[in-house]
Amino acid sequence: MSLKQVHSEQPKEFKFSNENLKKAEEILKRYPKKNKKSAVMPFLYLAQKQNNNWIPLAALKYIAKYLSMPYISVYEIATFYTMYNLAPVGKHFIQVCTTTPCLIRGADKIVRLCKEKISPNENKLSKDGTCSWMEVECLGACVSAPMIQINDDYYEDLDEKSTIEILDSLIKDKPLKPGSYRGRKSTAPERKQLKNGENYA
Amino acid sequence: MEKIMLKPEDKIFKNLYNEFGWEIDNAIKRNDWKDTKNIISKGREWIINEVKTSELRGRGGAGFSTGLKWSFAPKAVGSRPHYLVINADESEPGTCKDRDILRFEPQKLIEGCLIAGYAVNAHVCYIYIRGEYVNEGRRLQDAINQAYKKNFLGKNACGSGWDFDIYIHYGAGAYICGEETALLESMEGNKGQPRLKPPFPALVGLYGCPTIVNNVETIAVVPTILRRGGKWFASIGKPKNTGTKIFCISGNVNSPCNVEEEMGISLKELIEKYAGGVVGGWENLQAVIPGGSSMPLLSKKICDKITMDFDSLIENKSGLGTAGIVVINKDQDIISCMTRIARFYKHESCGQCTPCREGSGWMWRILDRVAKRKATFSDIDLLSDVTNQIEGHTICAFGEGSAWPVQGLLRHFRKEIESRCREEPLIKKKIDNPYLVDQHLLEKKNA
Repeated sequence: MSLKQVHSEQPKEFKFSNENLKKAEEILKRYPKKNKKSAVMPFLYLAQKQNNNWIPLAALKYIAKYLSMPYISVYEIATFYTMYNLAPVGKHFIQVCTTTPCLIRGADKIVRLCKEKISPNENKLSKDGTCSWMEVECLGACVSAPMIQINDDYYEDLDEKSTIEILDSLIKDKPLKPGSYRGRKSTAPERKQLKNGENYA
Repeated sequence: MEKIMLKPEDKIFKNLYNEFGWEIDNAIKRNDWKDTKNIISKGREWIINEVKTSELRGRGGAGFSTGLKWSFAPKAVGSRPHYLVINADESEPGTCKDRDILRFEPQKLIEGCLIAGYAVNAHVCYIYIRGEYVNEGRRLQDAINQAYKKNFLGKNACGSGWDFDIYIHYGAGAYICGEETALLESMEGNKGQPRLKPPFPALVGLYGCPTIVNNVETIAVVPTILRRGGKWFASIGKPKNTGTKIFCISGNVNSPCNVEEEMGISLKELIEKYAGGVVGGWENLQAVIPGGSSMPLLSKKICDKITMDFDSLIENKSGLGTAGIVVINKDQDIISCMTRIARFYKHESCGQCTPCREGSGWMWRILDRVAKRKATFSDIDLLSDVTNQIEGHTICAFGEGSAWPVQGLLRHFRKEIESRCREEPLIKKKIDNPYLVDQHLLEKKNA
């Protein structure tokens, strides 16, 4: 999988907040008692959310202890999956899909704009430290290409103009609404709206 | 083409475009959860047989018969519980059908889970959603909560006497977890690296227990099949390629869209009728990837008359896969497009088997050289050789998935590749080196 850099400055301690402790107990109930290891992925998400969208090594140790797993297995998982950030990312974390279906509809332009507006390099914070961007593989919204993901939300059907607007809004810390930027509500064909019959079984 | 379009009443996903609302009350109006209790009371045998009659083939890519898969689960529950796992880790480039089912038709999936869970003796179902689908996962959780409220799930689900629970498990951005055994590894809290098969998950799966893994679309069509009968489903489409299918049409088309159509519809009709045609007209078409990035591309000549179903695509050395159609027109550099796909596979290889881990990087680097006009003629044969070294030499089908698109490129666009290579190869004389040789001795001899 991808190369990941662990952040050089690490906090010494990490603990789940009380709220997250409750959530963690809820998560554990989903899995059989002897297989509590299954909860490691949801726990890593909890830790990531609690710590400004990145996971410090102390959190890996904490989770390992919580689930009585070896530290190295938690480390393995945190480095294997691409969505766990092991170094700080911006408050507005932009993920640009650049796989072929997006590429042929102009994802390279979005990458260029990110380089101009956010930072010249991937995974580097912008000057004011609020935004960062990275290229990712297919985000699974190919019929709405090109698209980007900002934190949890998808911004679809972009072009140069709308991308500039979105990126500017992030820099001003007033993000625009997610969704399609060509006014689509769904993935229906655009010209001729196909009506589905409601009353048939 | 005089073929009749799929009749509106035969569409299964009536709310694919969210025209009627996704909430449970709206879904019930669309006949979801109708007679579910009756269906379950007809028994396991009947359900599995009806699915077999419908000839439903898995919609996740491999196209394996769903009824047959269910019948592999042990008939009686032994010391180990059975599990049902739904694969919603949709990450094949070009595919986004499951996302719409999760967003707009979640009740179809949930009802399907209950019926399938009953048919394979499972009391617990896990839905593995890819981590990026945060909002889709929330929507699904809302839908599950609504179903619990109506007592369609939980103890004595839907009055059927069967206890059934559904939990969501998020992935975290690994394409390989769409492979069923990698998905199970990931759910168990390990790295997502596929297991050797056999034993198949139907016997030894999640936590070592019998597990049936199905795609979202497969499960979501099951309730409708059972309500309207397997024969109805089998009457749509072609023999052995029955039913309806959601096609995702993306790339250089005027209006990219998801559309539910009959299996065996012609590709040209799909693109022209629904997607508004190729940008620049049909003559401007260069190639089409018919089933998600891991299927070999088709040249325009084949696209003119191909029909979209499992068997006719296999005849043309490709496959239906997930039915994610990526249209590439002549404005695009086909080699750059495929280089990007090769890069995707290099990035997503899990690193377990050497041929795939190393070979996917080789393919990317060679294609990159070709795209930048820095390759030599010997590189073409090398590329072809590398694809053959990967194909069939890995634990899971990822090896094939990464090698096939490159083989497709070589099959249909060899001339284009050759035109990009240097006239003069870097190594002019063919040196006949023994297989293992001390390099320093060789240099002395040459000196």
